[in-house]
Amino acid sequence: MSENAPIPPAGDRRSFLAKIVAMVGGGLATLTPVAAGVWMSLDPLRRKSAAATFLPIADVSSVPDDGMPRQFPVIADRTDAWTGFAAEPIGAVYLRREAGSDTVQAFTATCPHAGCFIELDQRDRCFRCPCHNSSFTLDGGIVSPSPSPRAMDTLECEVRDGRVSVKWENFYSGIEAKEARP
Amino acid sequence: MSSASGPRTGSEPGRRSGPLKKLADFFDDRTGYRAFVHEALYERVPGGARWRYVWGSTLVFAFITQVITGLVLWSSYSASAQTAWESVYYIQHEMAGGWLVRGLHHVMAQAMVVLLALHLMQVVIDGAYRAPREVNFWLGLILMKLVLGMALTGYLLPWDQKGYWATRVATNLAGLVPMIGPSLQQLVVGGPDYGHHTLTRFFALHAGFLPGTLIGFLVIHLILFRKHGLCAKQPLKKPDSMFWPDQVLKDVVAMLAVLAVVMGVILLPAVRAMVEGRPIVPGELGAELGAPADPSQPYAAARPEWYFLFLFQFLKVFEGWGANGEFLGAIVVPGAVLGMMFLMPLIGRWNLGHRFNVLFTFAILVGAGLLTGIALQEDYAALWADREAYADAEQLIEETQNDPEKIATALGNDETRLAEFQAEAHELEAIRRSEAFLSAVQQAEFDAHRAVELAGRPERIPPGGALELIRNDPLSQGPRLFAQHCASCHAHVDPTLEEAPAMLAASSAANLYGFGSAEWARGLLDPEAVVGPAYFGNTAHADGDMVSYVTDDMTDADTWSDEQIEAVVLALAAEAAVVSDESADVEGVDADRLEQGRALLADEERCGSCHHAGENETEIGYAPDLAGWGNREWLIGIISDPNHERFYPETNDRMPSFGVAEEGGVPALSAAEVGLLADWLRGDWYRGE
Repeated sequence: MSENAPIPPAGDRRSFLAKIVAMVGGGLATLTPVAAGVWMSLDPLRRKSAAATFLPIADVSSVPDDGMPRQFPVIADRTDAWTGFAAEPIGAVYLRREAGSDTVQAFTATCPHAGCFIELDQRDRCFRCPCHNSSFTLDGGIVSPSPSPRAMDTLECEVRDGRVSVKWENFYSGIEAKEARP
Repeated sequence: MSSASGPRTGSEPGRRSGPLKKLADFFDDRTGYRAFVHEALYERVPGGARWRYVWGSTLVFAFITQVITGLVLWSSYSASAQTAWESVYYIQHEMAGGWLVRGLHHVMAQAMVVLLALHLMQVVIDGAYRAPREVNFWLGLILMKLVLGMALTGYLLPWDQKGYWATRVATNLAGLVPMIGPSLQQLVVGGPDYGHHTLTRFFALHAGFLPGTLIGFLVIHLILFRKHGLCAKQPLKKPDSMFWPDQVLKDVVAMLAVLAVVMGVILLPAVRAMVEGRPIVPGELGAELGAPADPSQPYAAARPEWYFLFLFQFLKVFEGWGANGEFLGAIVVPGAVLGMMFLMPLIGRWNLGHRFNVLFTFAILVGAGLLTGIALQEDYAALWADREAYADAEQLIEETQNDPEKIATALGNDETRLAEFQAEAHELEAIRRSEAFLSAVQQAEFDAHRAVELAGRPERIPPGGALELIRNDPLSQGPRLFAQHCASCHAHVDPTLEEAPAMLAASSAANLYGFGSAEWARGLLDPEAVVGPAYFGNTAHADGDMVSYVTDDMTDADTWSDEQIEAVVLALAAEAAVVSDESADVEGVDADRLEQGRALLADEERCGSCHHAGENETEIGYAPDLAGWGNREWLIGIISDPNHERFYPETNDRMPSFGVAEEGGVPALSAAEVGLLADWLRGDWYRGE
């Protein structure tokens, strides 16, 4: 065909149809991989953590009964996508007993502000977060003024036959309400 | 000469001919590349080339450096929780040139942030965001966000403690975004917990999505830049010139300057080592590599990279604001600042708008600089603080156990004194925080160094990853286990240190530093030392038979000569055979004296009257068994169960049985942990070259 032949003007009905089909077809062609990609990318939303189960932590006798908390590792089986770990440290809790009491209090070591690892300051008898200067009293209360929106997160705690078990949960940080992650 | 002179010959026909020219013509006919190159190089620069126009080019140079080094790093990097740290270790410490490529990538990323700030400032000051360049300014802001996004995602990839904990904070903050926050966080993290999929996602963002998008926007940014031409700073001082070569020359000089600074940062420690006469270790140059990420191990030195430090510090500003504070500090204010920048081209139309924009930009940069300064000041305050000035306040806090009522009483309920005390206590707390940070940094450096040392063992890293090495390393775990389980009674301090006496006085059980060594045994048999705090002084054994035997019988030179005591010391050390104790090396000592010592230990008139030792027939149960005293098996035994008949079935002072639990219970320490403690106390750990 000659290069100089006139191109029929776009705008008649046949060309209108061609435009629609081209747009829809092209859109579908691109959207298919996009949709498949989005579908797969959203997979993490389906994943639930293995949290919220009672895990044995220690014997009551190893929790000092002088009101000074003590840190214990939380040991549990853990899966990370395709890898399974048997009995691994997955976090830490502080256990505490008031003088002479058998009631054990449990706190997660994760700071409710931004998720750093709270440390125990034995000298000043308080908890301190090393990141943004949040401090907490030995019973987990907030020391004002604090960047943290709430007190340390307590964990449900069971003492049976002298053994302490703790319901291991993760909580959303940075909000006032203590809300467990699913 | 090469075809680099092509564009010129294209416009000056007939200057050269030959095979090269023919080849160039062939391609030009089919691609029109000469016109394209000409278009690219012969841009008019109104008022001539100037230094103030170099920033954009240095950024392109920095980005190209990142692409090149990034691709090479990519070819050696493996994104999974068991291989990320390990592959970065291999790059940094074992691969030829790995430290240099990684160092360039790491330091150039920081240079890029600085160059971004300079480029932005230059654009704002010159008003280069005004019509018709608004869209290009917005593109620039998007590019800035992309670069910062790459900086943030890249920090995690080595999967070391620093990156892991900083990323936890950053992703937790993402969870604060209204409505979609929690889902957004879970998407970014790749699930409910940090692991493989956090790494694979961050890596895909860092090396794929973000740079891909960036290249797209950068191309449009450059095309628009060319379309509008350079926004020349008025008044023009010189005649117009061409981009090539005048401006390109200035750009190249600036790029070389950037590169020189980057290389300087990488090589400075090498120069310092050379000056101080230390050997240069290439693996220690360039980018740091911390200890492998460990969710169960606190990391008190967690800080973002310096250019995000102002955001970190900004969160502290909202003390006492509750949840609103964090939302404001992490989401609202940074979002508002960015929104304000997007509005700059519109604000700039208004009479005073341009001045406002310039002031606003400066205010933000000065504010960020100040916050960074405060963050650094808070972290390093202890280095220059006068600790002595707070001695009184510190003592009062200690004596009253920080009880407000007792403090008030101690200060006579005097409000002025109380206010003074509170101010001092506040400052003291800041210093202590800084001290804690500095010691955490020191610990982090130690852990990092140790991880590298262990990874370099001839046995290499196990399939479970480097964390396994660290969790099974007595030198890494011993001090932590000791601090957690033993240090409330026992000291572990070199007695020759300045701070030793105070630490010993505060302890209530024997100092276990060097336990099992000849030096330790010598102290045990010394009449003064044995009643001191380093041995039995602060225990129930202070009134026991051992102490009275050492202080009474052994001081009688007729029964115990110095030579005999020394022979017993040697025999005890030989039983323990502590790795770090040279005198325990049986081959190095006089065999006769060792034999003499062993006989004295077993002698039923002497040590053997209470202790079972050697071949003697003393029953175990009254005093600790000396057969194998202090060796690994003996230590594991006493840590696990001091009430066992081999140790103190009747006379155990206060020591808990760490390795046994009541039926169905959990022992305080696992067998592996007891073993780690025993090995650490005996100095038995892997030592590098």
